[in-house]
Amino acid sequence: MPNLTRRSFGLLAGASAASLAMPHYARAQGKPRAVVIGGGSGGGTAARYLAKDAGEDLDVTLIEANARYTTCYFSNLYLGGFRDFESINHGYERLASNYGITVVNAFADMIDREAQEVVLADGSRVPYDRLVVAPGIDIIYDSVPGYSEEAAQIMPHSWKAGPQTQILKSKLDAIEDGQQIVMVAPPNPYRCPPGPYERVSMFAHVLKNKGYTNSKIIVLDPKPSFSKQALFQEGWEKHYPGMIEWYGPDVHGGIVSVDPATGAVETDLDTFTGSLVNVIPAQKAGMIATKAGLSNDSGFCPIDPYSMRSKMDDKIFVIGDACIAGDMPKSGFSANSQAKVAAMAIRGDLLDARVFPAKYSNTCWSLIDTNDGVKVGAQYAPTDEKIASTSSFVSQTGEDAALRQATYEESIGWYNGITADIFGS
Amino acid sequence: MLRSMPAPSLAGKPVNSSIFTLQTWAHRLSAAGRRLLFGAALMASGQIHATEPGDPAKGEDLYRACKSCHQIGDNARNGVGPHLDGLFGRQAGSLEEFRYSGAMQQKGQDGLVWNEFTIDAYLEKPNAYIPGTRMSYRGMRDPQDRLHVIAYLKALSAAPPAADAAANTDIGAEIGAAAMQLEGDVEYGEYLSTECVTCHQMSGRADGIPSIVGWPNNAFIRALFEYKTNVRSHQVMQNMTVNLGNEEIAALAAYFATLEPQ
Repeated sequence: MPNLTRRSFGLLAGASAASLAMPHYARAQGKPRAVVIGGGSGGGTAARYLAKDAGEDLDVTLIEANARYTTCYFSNLYLGGFRDFESINHGYERLASNYGITVVNAFADMIDREAQEVVLADGSRVPYDRLVVAPGIDIIYDSVPGYSEEAAQIMPHSWKAGPQTQILKSKLDAIEDGQQIVMVAPPNPYRCPPGPYERVSMFAHVLKNKGYTNSKIIVLDPKPSFSKQALFQEGWEKHYPGMIEWYGPDVHGGIVSVDPATGAVETDLDTFTGSLVNVIPAQKAGMIATKAGLSNDSGFCPIDPYSMRSKMDDKIFVIGDACIAGDMPKSGFSANSQAKVAAMAIRGDLLDARVFPAKYSNTCWSLIDTNDGVKVGAQYAPTDEKIASTSSFVSQTGEDAALRQATYEESIGWYNGITADIFGS
Repeated sequence: MLRSMPAPSLAGKPVNSSIFTLQTWAHRLSAAGRRLLFGAALMASGQIHATEPGDPAKGEDLYRACKSCHQIGDNARNGVGPHLDGLFGRQAGSLEEFRYSGAMQQKGQDGLVWNEFTIDAYLEKPNAYIPGTRMSYRGMRDPQDRLHVIAYLKALSAAPPAADAAANTDIGAEIGAAAMQLEGDVEYGEYLSTECVTCHQMSGRADGIPSIVGWPNNAFIRALFEYKTNVRSHQVMQNMTVNLGNEEIAALAAYFATLEPQ
């Protein structure tokens, strides 16, 4: 654990009060320090690109509470039986051994912005010259009345992959023919716009594979429309006729409450009961970002579209699901893309490296049934106002089976590519 | 459950998988044992599903899918892929002027030699036969089609390659010519490449998404322009290239040409 904080370094060096008042003096003796909070798609990529591109010139530390990272993307494919759980888990070994990144396995409790130090749960401090904050999302449990962290053991959200995903999988596999699944979909903005609907597809795939004919999947959505809606609804009709019922707010009238004890979801229209209830509540930036004052009233963190630099603190960059990225969706792909811009800006700040105009991109693949993959994607560029979409595409309804299979196979290639890009290969 | 049975076109699959297993085994055996096994493989080969002998003319049509990467016939040179002159009897991954994947070189060192059976197995599903191959071809499912292509390869591959078979960089005035005149800024290309490597692996490994590492400069430029101008159709690539100018494309080509496949 790095305990050589600026303060302790100063003390060790027998520094006087005068030198403590000049914090950059001590720092100037060593390499500049870049610290990354969060080892997911954004944080892992930022740490790797900082270390890879700066080499020996920069000291890079990655702070992550978990020993391994479970990707949210492809966790639906685990639910559907297309992947095993192990295949969506990744360790940090290569970031440490191949890139010389100091990986600190600890919970980052707060950011002392004045001192430019990250405070870990055990009280130790990690000083930084530039900090990347990539904590992902936190679930706002009380956005759904009756829901809570405890209730999530019974009605899993599984919107942060890991143990929650496994709870959902075991409940899904225990469904018997004739039993019902209810999903409460999330309001905007949330992580992975097509995710809930890919998940519904995977639920249906599992039930269909077991030959079930009497089970239904009810989706109660607070939104009037959703990502790739035409594609999903076409696919549901084709592969799972009559199994999935999606209700927007104009039908159900609003979600009133959930009751974990009975599996009931009450809406203005009716009460729906499920043997499996998957509640995906509203979301906000990971706690540390809010605690450090990096977020605004929206619950997410405003950034400079040209660099991913926090609008609250010019020594800090916020990337991934925690930031307000304009037209970009909250996705692992987006986080990976933003991380590269932030890493370049940080090398520009600290090492006078060349800084090129920021460019962003995203593609989201979804699987509807075996070999039936679809995708949506866009290119983005910064404007003074926001990160704005410059061009986009989406799969078409009625595409032939060969193209859909190619799209699915492409998604597997992408998964291998992006995880190598985040965690090293 | 009956509804989820594989489509009829896949009915021959189990037999084809068994030949694949046999041949994988075969690489670990002595030359004599290998010949015996190839005899057995012939009996079980996907070729028993073919109803007509290989026809080079039909193979030529099918070879269009291969042509943009693999030259064959008189004066063939390496391009994105190695030239195919002298293919039959050649050890896999053995052309000195070509930068193969580590996986392909390893297969060659383990004894893989190209003949009609090994080519048949490779063409069926390249990435299953040689995991880690840079060849970004998904595979030719129909055994009859493979037989035609092999007949075409046989007919053409006897021709001598160019004296200097290293990649041909002069591909003439054509699409992307202006970008080909530019000297790509490798550092800019490295930054722009960060957008590519989310999907295309830096190691040059191709599983589901093509390898783009170590291509000849002009072939890379041509490919990007073909996406940009919708000559090649792929939604992601058209979207990725739509905002790239000559300078960006030249920079990307220059950067990727500096990488070695692993």
